[in-house]
Amino acid sequence: MIPELGYGVVIVAMLLALYGGVASVVSARTGRTALLESAQHAAIGVFALVTCAMLLLVYAFLTFDFSVRYVAMNTNLATPYYYRITALWGALEGSIILWAWMVALYTLIIIIRHRHNAREFYPWVLAVMFGVLTFFLLVMTIPAPPFERLTPIPANGRGLNPLLEDSGMITHPVALYLGFTGFTVPFAFAIAALATGRVGDRWITLTRRWTVVAWYFLSLGLLIGGWWSYHVLGWGGYWAWDPVENAAFMPWLTGTAFLHSVMIQERRRMLKLWNIGLVIMTFSLTLFGTFLTRSGVIASVHAFSQGSIGAFFLAFLGTVVLGSLWLLAWRWEDLGAEGELDSVVSRESAFLLNNVLLVAATFTVFFGTVFPLLSEAVRGVKVSVGAPFFNQVNVPLFLSLVVLMGVGPLIAWRRASAENLRRNFVWPVVIGLAAAAIIFALGVRSTLAVFSLAVTAFVSACIGVDFLRATRARLRVGEGIFPAMGGLLVRQNRRYGGFVIHLGILIIVVGITGSQAWSVQREATLQKGQAVELAGYKFQFDALSARENGNHFLVESTFKVTNGGAATRELRPAKKFYPQEQSPIAHVDYHLGWVDDLYMVLGDFARDGSQATVKVQVNRMVSWIWFGGLILTFGTILAILPDRKKPA
Amino acid sequence: MSMRLPLKPKFVVGIALVAMALAYMIYAGVTQSAVYFVTPAELKAAPKVGKAYRLGGMVEKGSVSWKPATLDLSFKVSDGVESVVVRHHGTPPDLFGEGRGAVVEGKWSPEGHFQATQILAKHSEEYKAPHDQSKPGYQELMKSLRSSQ
Repeated sequence: MIPELGYGVVIVAMLLALYGGVASVVSARTGRTALLESAQHAAIGVFALVTCAMLLLVYAFLTFDFSVRYVAMNTNLATPYYYRITALWGALEGSIILWAWMVALYTLIIIIRHRHNAREFYPWVLAVMFGVLTFFLLVMTIPAPPFERLTPIPANGRGLNPLLEDSGMITHPVALYLGFTGFTVPFAFAIAALATGRVGDRWITLTRRWTVVAWYFLSLGLLIGGWWSYHVLGWGGYWAWDPVENAAFMPWLTGTAFLHSVMIQERRRMLKLWNIGLVIMTFSLTLFGTFLTRSGVIASVHAFSQGSIGAFFLAFLGTVVLGSLWLLAWRWEDLGAEGELDSVVSRESAFLLNNVLLVAATFTVFFGTVFPLLSEAVRGVKVSVGAPFFNQVNVPLFLSLVVLMGVGPLIAWRRASAENLRRNFVWPVVIGLAAAAIIFALGVRSTLAVFSLAVTAFVSACIGVDFLRATRARLRVGEGIFPAMGGLLVRQNRRYGGFVIHLGILIIVVGITGSQAWSVQREATLQKGQAVELAGYKFQFDALSARENGNHFLVESTFKVTNGGAATRELRPAKKFYPQEQSPIAHVDYHLGWVDDLYMVLGDFARDGSQATVKVQVNRMVSWIWFGGLILTFGTILAILPDRKKPA
Repeated sequence: MSMRLPLKPKFVVGIALVAMALAYMIYAGVTQSAVYFVTPAELKAAPKVGKAYRLGGMVEKGSVSWKPATLDLSFKVSDGVESVVVRHHGTPPDLFGEGRGAVVEGKWSPEGHFQATQILAKHSEEYKAPHDQSKPGYQELMKSLRSSQ
């Protein structure tokens, strides 16, 4: 019964969303408020229906209703209940429901928040949200129906991909989709700005928090994805420039550019066209990413299921891009700048360069990802470019961006005087150079690592100089040191939230630099009692055992790890054998540290337990990446706090 | 409508410089890290020493030799027409097996075999039907592991 019921709910929701869209457009053009009211009710209805559809699917999962194809594909009787709930977004069809649900939720929040404060844009914003909703609901009816019936009803399902049975996989897609769908809102406002001709900075002010939140969830999604890749996949890395990763990274890059460029429009009334363009690009890239990874045009290690869904996304993407371009052309005259860039040495130009570099990085990632398609089309040979290409081109771009992270927030608007430069940058430059010297003296000979860490020190010093100066100013008016600092963070929460986010990024940069420069690994085959040494650690093979472990069979090795006679640690890398899988799956064991992560993968073993082949890694400073993510979270919370008036 | 540049010439020059630098970096990056997708037949037809390849095909039945002591792995990748001997230093990945698809990245060595630097594993959201637990392989594995404790 669930399949038919669910399918019905989806179709009604789609028709309602379509109605809501039409009603919003008509009301926008005629000003009829009754229709707008009606569209609002439609939005509430769509939200209720999509929620209902989602709950129906969860119910089907919890009750093992294998008459629903999606349930049979993604669970079996041995799947624990929490993975049965999260299996909802374990594959494509359920992900689309979640996606639609988030867009519906955001539409509801728009109604609550912007019904009164954004009257001029409101009907158009609703129209765009309804348009996107209609598309996702359409996808749920034709190419990716989550409620498809399976006949005959199997006695058991196939089960969730064991690689997805992990806490990271519970949270990663949710964060990523919150990010993707979050950019729908600024996109809707940008389109509304074009439709109404009010292309000033009002739509930007209204959507600032939306953009920050979407950007944050996208960042979080990328970081959790990296964490999953690191501790589940067993190759010891967190980022592989895989097409699926790139698909999520491109909108992150343009979204980051947008977050920065809007500040120039707010301050100097420039870059109107550019900002609208960036938001359209970001939204389009979220669709493009889905098209890329779901259509099978690009081979990826993820190898998702394929189908006609690619064509649907391509058609929608085409509609979005062409429609947006048409609107841009229509409003071309209104999009001119009111201000002008004066000096190359100014905050505007630092931000401009930031944007140019971010878009360059986006283009690089795009080019590298679709390169196999291009080369096949142009030269008839299938050529891909791997991680070396992405690193080679992007590392200089990213390091330049890090430098700008120090310069941009401190340099003066319009035209920086020599005095402004001296006042802000002498100390940071000195500290950066000193850091370079110290790092070199410590024996680091990798130019890239020295440069990267020195730049990080420079930017940290820039942030420190600014914060200390502002604190001192408050001390002078008689505040205590901690109230002064706390007051700064809260009162200038937008500026200092941004700084805290920058600190988070710097910490991530240190983690990436350290792990790329200093991680070491080796493989060895050991007899029982033998040990392998790596980076001062001794990994001794003690035992191999096997047992039933819930829904799989576990072959577990035990290693004693010592470091110069000090504390002993035990690591148990294992292999899991799932009855539904053809191959075993390595279960990584690791110990995380601030500097050294000990990381072991069981590769092969003798069935009598006497011998094991292991990959041993000592990964450096990877934890900084995850810690940076935490700081990013604090910064984001600070940045979106409600604006405070100065206390009376 | 007169086309007025929204930026002063010096900014246009600056952006053009960045764009040119990027174009050069991309060009250099592509020429240095291009990896050619080939089938065993294509590789056999014109192998070039030192060129980076990604070779895809089936792992031929009975061709896998794995020596844990020295970490030497060798096998044949075939497309039904030709087959290529692949050597690799390191443990075979979980998804690797005879009669299955494999993609290996590496170079053609002067000694006349394919030297792999990486064997790519494919993760899939889709599953095979649960295979029979009474199948000899699985049972035997469990038994031999249990008795070894």
